[in-house]
Amino acid sequence: MASPLIFASMGGLLSERSGVMNIALEGFMLMGAFSAAAGAHYTGNPYLGLLIGALAAGFTALIHAFWCITLRGDQIVAGTAINLLGIGVPAFLLQRLFGTVGRSPTVERLPSITSGLNILVPVAFLLVPTIWYFLYRTKPGLRVLAAGEQPRAAESVGVAVDRYRYGCVLASGILAGIGGAFLSIGDLSLFTNGMTNGRGFIALAALVFGNWMPLGTLGAALFFGAAQAVQIQSQAVGLPVSKELIIALPYLLTLIALTGVVRNSTPPAGLGKHATAD
Amino acid sequence: MSLNPSPATASGGRRERSERSRWIGAAVSGLLSSVGAVAIALLVGAIVILISGDDPLVAYRALFRGAFGGVRPLSETLVAATPLIFGGLAFSLAFRAGMFNIGVEGQLVLGGLAAGWVGAQAFGLPKLLHLPLALVAAMLVGGLWGAIPGALKARTGAHEVITTIMLNYLAARISAYAVGTNGPLKGEAALPATDPALLSAQLNRLVPGERVNVGLLLGLVCAGLLWYLLFRTTFGYRVRTVGLSRGAAAYAGISWGRTITLAMMGSGLLAGLGGASEVLGLQGRYYDKFSPGYGFTSIAIGLVGRNHPVGVVLAAVLFGALNSGATAMQSAAGTSKELVQILQALVILSVAAFAAVARLQIGQRIMSRRSPGSSGSQGGDRAAAVGMEPDLEARPAPPVV
Repeated sequence: MASPLIFASMGGLLSERSGVMNIALEGFMLMGAFSAAAGAHYTGNPYLGLLIGALAAGFTALIHAFWCITLRGDQIVAGTAINLLGIGVPAFLLQRLFGTVGRSPTVERLPSITSGLNILVPVAFLLVPTIWYFLYRTKPGLRVLAAGEQPRAAESVGVAVDRYRYGCVLASGILAGIGGAFLSIGDLSLFTNGMTNGRGFIALAALVFGNWMPLGTLGAALFFGAAQAVQIQSQAVGLPVSKELIIALPYLLTLIALTGVVRNSTPPAGLGKHATAD
Repeated sequence: MSLNPSPATASGGRRERSERSRWIGAAVSGLLSSVGAVAIALLVGAIVILISGDDPLVAYRALFRGAFGGVRPLSETLVAATPLIFGGLAFSLAFRAGMFNIGVEGQLVLGGLAAGWVGAQAFGLPKLLHLPLALVAAMLVGGLWGAIPGALKARTGAHEVITTIMLNYLAARISAYAVGTNGPLKGEAALPATDPALLSAQLNRLVPGERVNVGLLLGLVCAGLLWYLLFRTTFGYRVRTVGLSRGAAAYAGISWGRTITLAMMGSGLLAGLGGASEVLGLQGRYYDKFSPGYGFTSIAIGLVGRNHPVGVVLAAVLFGALNSGATAMQSAAGTSKELVQILQALVILSVAAFAAVARLQIGQRIMSRRSPGSSGSQGGDRAAAVGMEPDLEARPAPPVV
C-alpha cells in the first residue's frame, strides 16, 4: 500500500534535496501508470511495461527539469502544468489508442511473489537505505546535498549544480513513474483516469513530514500508506463509521501532519535558488 | 504612511505621463505575450492533430464555429466561461499575494453546496433576500475554505500547495457525504443532490431559451470590483506588495500573515461565488461532482490572464470557447475531446515560457548594469516569472519558510 508512496517520495526527496521544488510528482506518477499499462498491453510483458512507464515518466521529468533549471521558470507553475498534462495526456491517449474513455483494457500484471505482493514492494524498501547511502556516504550524493543547500557555494567549488539537478529530477521522474506503474500494473492490472488520486501530493507531504530525510520520509510514507490501507479494508469490513470519513482519512492526516510538524522541519536551504546569478 | 501609487511631486504631470506610458507598454507587451503564447499553443495543438491523422484546419474552423457561430454557440461559450471567470479571479487574487491557491476547486464546490442548500430552503423570503442570502452563504463557506490554508501558512508555514490540494479532496468527501445516500443535505429525489433551488433563489436567464444567465454579469461585476480592490485600495496595495516582496512589505509595516490570510479568504470567497453561480444559475440545484475541474482550469485562466481581472475575463472566454467548441470539433474533424485538455496544458506552458524568457532577458539587462551579487529566490520572483510587473529591482527577499 505504501509502496507507490515510497517510490514517489524517494524521487521527490532526490529532487528537492538537489534544490528543485517538485510538485509534479502526481503528473509523473500518472504518466508512469498509463505508460506502464499501455506498454504492458502492447508488449504483453509487464516488465517491459514497467520499463516503458519509468522511461515515460522520466521523459516528463526532463521537461520539468529543462523548465526549472535551464529556463529558470517558476518551479510551481511548471509542476502545475505537468500535473495538468499528466491528467490530459493519458486521457487523450487512452481514447486514441484504446478507444475507451476512462479505463484501459486489462493488462498483464506484475507477478506476485508472496500473498499478492509483487516484486516492487521489496524493491521499494531496499530503495530507502540505498538512497540514504548514496546521499550521505558517496561523493556524488554529498554533492547533491550541497547543491540543494548552498548552490552558489557549491558551484564556486566546482560542483556542476545544474547537471546534478537534472540528474536528480530525472531520477525523481523515473522513481515516481515506477510508483505510478505499481498502481496500474502492480496492483490492479489496468489504468483508470486519475487513478493516482492525489498520491503524488501525499508523497510530497511525506517528504515534508519526514524532514527531507530518507528514514523519516519512509516512516511518513508508511504512515500514510497505512491510512489508505485502513480505508480500503474498512470498506470491505463495513465499520460503523461513515464511508466518506474513511476515504478522507489519508488527506486529513496529511493536512494535520503538514501543520503540526512543520515547525521543526527544515527544507534544504537552497530549494528554488539557482547556482549562478539570475 | 501614505500609500500613494503615483506621488504628487512638483513634476507630477511629467512623471504621471511617463508612468502611464510605461503602464501601457507593460500592458501591451503582456497582452502580446499572452496572445503569442496562445498562438504557439494552438500551433503545437495543430501538430498534435496532424499526427493523430486529422485535419487541423477543419478542426479549428469547427472549433471557432462551435464557439462563436450563432446565438446558441455564443451563449454556451459564455456559460462555460462564467465559472472560469470566478475561478480565475480567485486564483489571481491569491497569486497577487504570492499564494498559489490550488484549492479553488474545493472552495468552489463547498460554496456551491452552501448556495444550493440555502437556495432550496423554503424560508418564505422574496427573491431580493433569498438570492443574496444564498450567495452570502457561498461566500462565507468558500471564504472559510480559503482562509484555512492561508492561516495555516501564516501560522505554521505549511506549504499552501499541499494544504489546498488536501482541502480539495476533503471538500469532495464532504460533498459526497452531504448529498449522498442518507446525507444531511440531500434532497428528496434519488440523486446525489440537494432539492432544486427555489425560484426565489435562482439566477435568471439572460436570453430566453439559452442557458447564459445572470451569473455571467455577476462574474463581470466581480472582475470590476477585484480590479478596483487590487489597484485602487490600500488593501490591494498591501496584497500586491506582499506578493512581490515579502521583505519590502515587512519594511513598510504590512503584516504578511494577515494579508495573505485575507487574500486567501477573498480568493475562496470568489471561488465560492463561482460555485454558487453554477448551481443557482445553470444547474438549478447542487449536484455532487458538478464541477468538471473548474478549479484546476482556473489556475490556467489566472496564468494566461496574467493575474489581471481583464486578462482573466478574456482568458476565461478563450477557454470557454475551447470547451464549447470541442464538441463541434469532434463531430466535424473527429478529434477527441481530450485534445482540449492538452491544448489547455499547452497554453499554460506556452504562457509561462514566454514570461520566463522575458524575465531572463530583463535579468540579463539588469546584470549588464549591476555587479554580480543579486540573486533571485523563487518566492519574490514568482510574480515576475509569469510576466507581471517585471521585478526591475531584483532584491532578494528574506528566506521564505
